Amino acid sequence: MTVAATVPPQPASPKLHRLPDGRWHRIEIVFWLLPLAAFFLLPGYLVLGSQILIVALFALSLDLILGYAGIVSLGHAAFFGIGAYTAGLLAVHGWGEPLSGLLLAGAVAAVAGYLVSFLVVRGEDLARLMVTLGIGLLLYEAANKAAFITGGVDGLSGVAMWKLLGVFQFDLGGKVAYLYSLAVLFLLFVLMRRLVNSPFGLSLRGLREGGKRMPAIGAPVRKRQVLIFTIAAGAAGIAGGLLAQTTQFVGLEVLGFPRSAELLIMLVLGGAGRLYGALIGAALFMVAQEVLSGLNPVYWQFWIGMLLVVVVLFARGGIMGAAEALYTSLWRKGK
Amino acid sequence: MLTNFAGILFDGIAYGSLLFLIGIGLSVTMGLMNFINLAHGAFAMLGGYVCVAAMTRLGLPFLAALPVAFIVTALAGVILERTLYQQLYQASHLEQVLFSIGLTFMAIAAATYFWGPSQQPVQLPDFLRGQVRVLGLDLGAYRLFLIALVIVITLTLGWLVAHTRFGAQVRAAVDNQQAAAGMGIHVNRIFALTFALGSGLAGLGGALGIDVLGLDPTFPVKYMVYFLLVVSVGGAGSIKGTLVAALILGVFDVAGKYYVPEVGAFDNYALMELLLILFPAGLYGRRA
Repeated sequence: MTVAATVPPQPASPKLHRLPDGRWHRIEIVFWLLPLAAFFLLPGYLVLGSQILIVALFALSLDLILGYAGIVSLGHAAFFGIGAYTAGLLAVHGWGEPLSGLLLAGAVAAVAGYLVSFLVVRGEDLARLMVTLGIGLLLYEAANKAAFITGGVDGLSGVAMWKLLGVFQFDLGGKVAYLYSLAVLFLLFVLMRRLVNSPFGLSLRGLREGGKRMPAIGAPVRKRQVLIFTIAAGAAGIAGGLLAQTTQFVGLEVLGFPRSAELLIMLVLGGAGRLYGALIGAALFMVAQEVLSGLNPVYWQFWIGMLLVVVVLFARGGIMGAAEALYTSLWRKGK
Repeated sequence: MLTNFAGILFDGIAYGSLLFLIGIGLSVTMGLMNFINLAHGAFAMLGGYVCVAAMTRLGLPFLAALPVAFIVTALAGVILERTLYQQLYQASHLEQVLFSIGLTFMAIAAATYFWGPSQQPVQLPDFLRGQVRVLGLDLGAYRLFLIALVIVITLTLGWLVAHTRFGAQVRAAVDNQQAAAGMGIHVNRIFALTFALGSGLAGLGGALGIDVLGLDPTFPVKYMVYFLLVVSVGGAGSIKGTLVAALILGVFDVAGKYYVPEVGAFDNYALMELLLILFPAGLYGRRA
């Protein structure tokens, strides 16, 4: 009894603060059955569906550096674009095998990410913003002017893909593309989930929460940041490669600033630093864009801007943050 | 060849003074409030549209429309600062970036709604059109006017910061906000006034820049990187640094367009990365 009296009060919800054990929660399993169910229930929306899956993967890659490591990037589309052009150019020049093309797209983007990371990790927030923004613009301008390679503003067409695994031909209805994207997204999600729950992932959160204290406990700050930036760039490259392969086209806008900005919006809308926030944010954003921008693209931009302002001012943590707060308060009441 | 070069230098300086005029407000907000405001270009755009509206709807002459642009954007700035911006001074840089991107998107959409997506023309008065011959060089009259105006404004700003009570308070707040507040300086009021001044100058720059930079709803995003660059290369909070960075960038941009037009803006971005690598805290950064 006396021991219990000296123990300091536990945090409101020990469940949320304990070390991750990597076990899959029931809700997570249900969550991942949803896209599978959508495949059977909404066959008319598979093209949009695979776009959502690809953007979700892209958002996940940003979550790794922004949500976990706390590195702000305004030019993440650069790596998405590098992946897209790698996969696209490979197919245009005669190698249309999807899986190896995708791997190469990821690898090239990761190498680019590795090189850029040295510029990114050395600065403060403002310098990081400028460097990432600049890299994005630099690549956009390069792809724009090197039209003899990339097709410039007209885009890169003639991306001919071979059969997936030598069996499944990419069809117009987008069935193969959808399942392919879903499989890649799920596989990478499992890897990322493992990554962020590992000691490495925890040390990234440490960097985000107290960048000055981490060196004091012996964490190699720069090395960790370089590594996660490289991984995130690779994942973004795979997302870009997927887009090129499934749409069989690469437009210049894959590298554009709006893509990087919208990606940030999705992540913040869903809730950064939670992986699922990236998925939910991407899905909601894409569906809303599909519905609203069909009505009027100008209004769409206005409302998304307003939403962003409101989220920042009143709903920090986004949808997942709100859900967590709700869960915590319910848990408290239940007790 | 030499006259060519002088012409480029002149155009570059004119372009750079414009960048300085718009960027100085951003530099002060970043130095003073440590606020990353990506929506700064939206104030410049507002100034441009106010100027066009004052000329076409109210029938004001160009020179009379300029102060209107300054005043309206300064007012818009102070209203936004008091209602929204000041809530985020303590927030993380990420939140400031997101907030100001949201604001930029709203501004772009609103500008498209009210004025349409096309470029806005501006009717310059006769004496500002054409060329003036100075020392054997044909110089654009408007650009000459631009440079002269920016010199006057820079000197005024320098005097304001160095020799007035307000300037002393601003300098104190930049150096150490808490100590300044402790000495009885109304830091919030200083913030609001500086923000108004900065937005007003951006609006003035936007109005002056219609003829050089153009004016359409994508303006805030198109030039965002230039303004940010001027500030991050110059070092946030430094008038001298901002001026030097703006002039370097202006001359380099014009020279690039003239000598190597085929690479587009690529050389600008390359220069920017280089400068950021060499001077991570800016040319005149306090942490350099």
